[in-house]
Amino acid sequence: MNPDMTASLDHDHGPEQGKGFIGLAKRWLFTTNHKDIGTLYLLLALFNFFLAGGMGLLMRAELFQPGHRFIDPNFYNQMTTLHGLIMLFGVIMPAFTGMANWQVPLMIGAPDMALPRLNNWSFWLLPFAFILLLSTTLQAGGAPNFGWTMYAPLSTKYAPPSTDFLIFSVHMMGISSIMGSINIVATILNMRAPGLTMMKLPMFCWTWLVTAFLLIAIMPVLAGAVTMMLADRHFGTSFFDAAGGGDPVLFQHIFWFFGHPEVYVLVLPAFGVISEVIPTFSHKRLFGYNFMVYATCCIALLSFIVWAHHMFTTGIPLGAELFFMYATMLISVPTGIKVFNWASTMFRGSMTFETPMLFAVAFVFMFTFGGFTGLMLSLVPADYQYQDTYFVVAHFHYVLVPGVVFALFAGTYYWLPKWTGHMYNERWGKIHFWLSTISVNVLFMPMHFLGLAGMPRRIPDYAVQFTNFNMIISIGGFIFGLSQLIFAWNVIRTIRGGPKVDAQVWEGAHGLEWTLPSPPPYHSFTTPPHIH
Amino acid sequence: MLRKILSSKAFVIVFCFFWVDAVFAEADHWQMNMFKGVTSVSRDMYNLHMIAMLVCAIIGMVVFGIMIYSLIHHRKSKGYQAAKFHDNTRLEIVWTLIPFLILLGLAFPATRTLIKLDNVDQSQITIKVVGSQWKWEYFYLDEGLHFYSNLATPFDQIQNKQPKDSNYLLSVDKEIVVPVDKKIRFLVTSRDVIHSWWVPELGIKRDAMPGFMYEAWARIEKPGIYRGQCTELCGVGHAYMPIVVRAVSMEEYQQWVSQQLAEEKSWKEQQNNLTSQKTKTRDELMKLGQEKYNMVCSACHQPNGTGIPPMYPALKGSSIAVGHPIDRHINMLLIGSPGSAMQSYADMLSNEEIAAIITYVRNAWENNTNDIVQPLDIAKLRVETNKKPTVVEKINVGGLK
Repeated sequence: MNPDMTASLDHDHGPEQGKGFIGLAKRWLFTTNHKDIGTLYLLLALFNFFLAGGMGLLMRAELFQPGHRFIDPNFYNQMTTLHGLIMLFGVIMPAFTGMANWQVPLMIGAPDMALPRLNNWSFWLLPFAFILLLSTTLQAGGAPNFGWTMYAPLSTKYAPPSTDFLIFSVHMMGISSIMGSINIVATILNMRAPGLTMMKLPMFCWTWLVTAFLLIAIMPVLAGAVTMMLADRHFGTSFFDAAGGGDPVLFQHIFWFFGHPEVYVLVLPAFGVISEVIPTFSHKRLFGYNFMVYATCCIALLSFIVWAHHMFTTGIPLGAELFFMYATMLISVPTGIKVFNWASTMFRGSMTFETPMLFAVAFVFMFTFGGFTGLMLSLVPADYQYQDTYFVVAHFHYVLVPGVVFALFAGTYYWLPKWTGHMYNERWGKIHFWLSTISVNVLFMPMHFLGLAGMPRRIPDYAVQFTNFNMIISIGGFIFGLSQLIFAWNVIRTIRGGPKVDAQVWEGAHGLEWTLPSPPPYHSFTTPPHIH
Repeated sequence: MLRKILSSKAFVIVFCFFWVDAVFAEADHWQMNMFKGVTSVSRDMYNLHMIAMLVCAIIGMVVFGIMIYSLIHHRKSKGYQAAKFHDNTRLEIVWTLIPFLILLGLAFPATRTLIKLDNVDQSQITIKVVGSQWKWEYFYLDEGLHFYSNLATPFDQIQNKQPKDSNYLLSVDKEIVVPVDKKIRFLVTSRDVIHSWWVPELGIKRDAMPGFMYEAWARIEKPGIYRGQCTELCGVGHAYMPIVVRAVSMEEYQQWVSQQLAEEKSWKEQQNNLTSQKTKTRDELMKLGQEKYNMVCSACHQPNGTGIPPMYPALKGSSIAVGHPIDRHINMLLIGSPGSAMQSYADMLSNEEIAAIITYVRNAWENNTNDIVQPLDIAKLRVETNKKPTVVEKINVGGLK
């Protein structure tokens, strides 16, 4: 890392560990400071975003035209697996953990996280977990090629040997997430400034608190699922093999018991970011704070009883299909409350449209759109036609890219001036926004049509009637991918320098983080702030 | 406000979207909407899809309409002063209840359709569908008919050496034929990994679970050819296992069945007959061998024979492919290697095809063994295999090494 880049971060009194490269490496390796660790998480996420995005573009290049073009089917399957795993575990989760590390102590008036050493460990497990995961691409038989969902028996009896590395890598990511979550729970519950009651907590902290509990509940389930895979592969068990009395559907039940709450792990912190950004730029308090909190908790609870909606075509009995259909439909009620509240916050506000607000508004529109297709997918008979087609790909990419990733952009542009003390380039921020918003729709909208017209997902080659839309999608994909370079450039430039900002940064912003200078001192609040 | 939105242009445009599918029905290169299909179930699915889309469109127009209205009017740059309200419990309860009621309205037709499509009673014909890497296999349980259905798209089209035909990746060597207006029950299962049997126009998508069997049914109302694909990632060849269903009248169906039974019988006899096997030249064998190898073997063993070790061994220089006795090589195709992805091809390929593949493998990619294997060699081993029970290597089946 360039010393100039870090200069702005440790200019206060960062713990010097000696001079030169060794000193720098030790300083970042040994740091227990919530801001340093937050920065590390965010940089890892940024790196992985381009890595996994590049994998996505490789797939889009192959799918530009029918026929075998650039990559062979086995490599294509490896790319689907790694793109999914890295985007979830290597981009969205670390990025939000990084934001939580930076923001939670600032927002609740604490000097640091509750468990700083644990914090260091939970970050430093991750780079090694990803090195392990990426090393599979160089191994005999190639990387795991069964999709991020790892369905047995394709991932057990029929999988390449590198699958064991994936299993261990998932274990490491899981341990990292659990430790990070414990830290966030401990910080929010114990280190709030006097007078900052739970119902005064900023929404970002609330959503992260709920997310952290979700993670603590589900990560051991995923660990269990992959360990059973390992046992089936090497220790002669038959959890997922009918020949030995097991059942392949058992894997799907366990996986989605993790997998569905995981979806909300990804999206709840995004709700938190949006609930911070929209009131600031509407110059109006968040509408229905209490209901927002209840809705968040409600979504989290419901997320545990909807998992089988990923498995409607597996032959689960009628009663189960009905139950999971109703439960899934029910989730749209609290999610709707959130959308209505954001709309009401904007309604009769006095809005300004800086880059964070632009991304937040786009989030509300496109996330809601992804929610609509989610509601359609919950209807079992219709789902029989959608399941495992590009319609599903379109649905979850709408929720995750113009949804969650846009929330990450909004949060980054929103808090970056606070973190660095420099203003980002607004003009390039807006260019980034418009390019991303237009291309993301060119990229994902036609996927709905392809799915409805019968194109299955996860195929490296397709029938000729799907060519037109696939070409459009690939073009959109490349524009979207390349526009993210603007984002990276803008962020790095802002870290290195730029116009100085004062403590308030945004006129309409409220909250404890805006009472500290930009950038905030190394030990954020050394004395607890006074809450009105 | 609401009335204003409903009468707006946006409303008209979104409504046009629902009629778009009729306009585009001919030009399926731009198909944007779900298939209506040819069964009552698929039509129910389509209607449910359209109702759900309509409900979403209306909610979307209201919510987005309000948002767009305030995005346009409530801006600081227009000097708009922010209001002070930030809470309204009554409003919150209203927009909790209204979506709930809308959901109830959607749940009724969904439940009704679901109960209907779960009912496989009184089916008149039963077809067992078995997926394996990467083809479908059909058993007509009432008629005792059995055959495989492989991708028919030539390898050269996939490799862009030939122009792609209109049914690229959607045509098979042997389609399944079913009668119209009969309730057909499909029993879906798999031999290896999970596959999924999907024919959009029949409204059937059923995951094929190894070791389990699940049902689906269809009563096709219109004769025609309906195409589908595997929809569960099942490995390297996932894109290459299409489904083609031909629906015909009952008479035609019965004719087809008796013809198939006769063909199957004569095929079996021919394969096991030691006196009537043809002798082929090396060139004939190599040509047919290359073609069949690319279609059947190359997904795993790769077109250049290097395989994807360690899952799929290389054939180039492999002890089985260049070593002796050649019987070992032939048995690998006739019996397979139980417990691995290498399955038995005895019922799928004729003696001639197996002989051609083996001759090709033994002479391609610097495997220059100069061996020529004739259909008779295969027939001899085939007859022998039929006599003895299939050998199952227990150690491989159990997964213990």
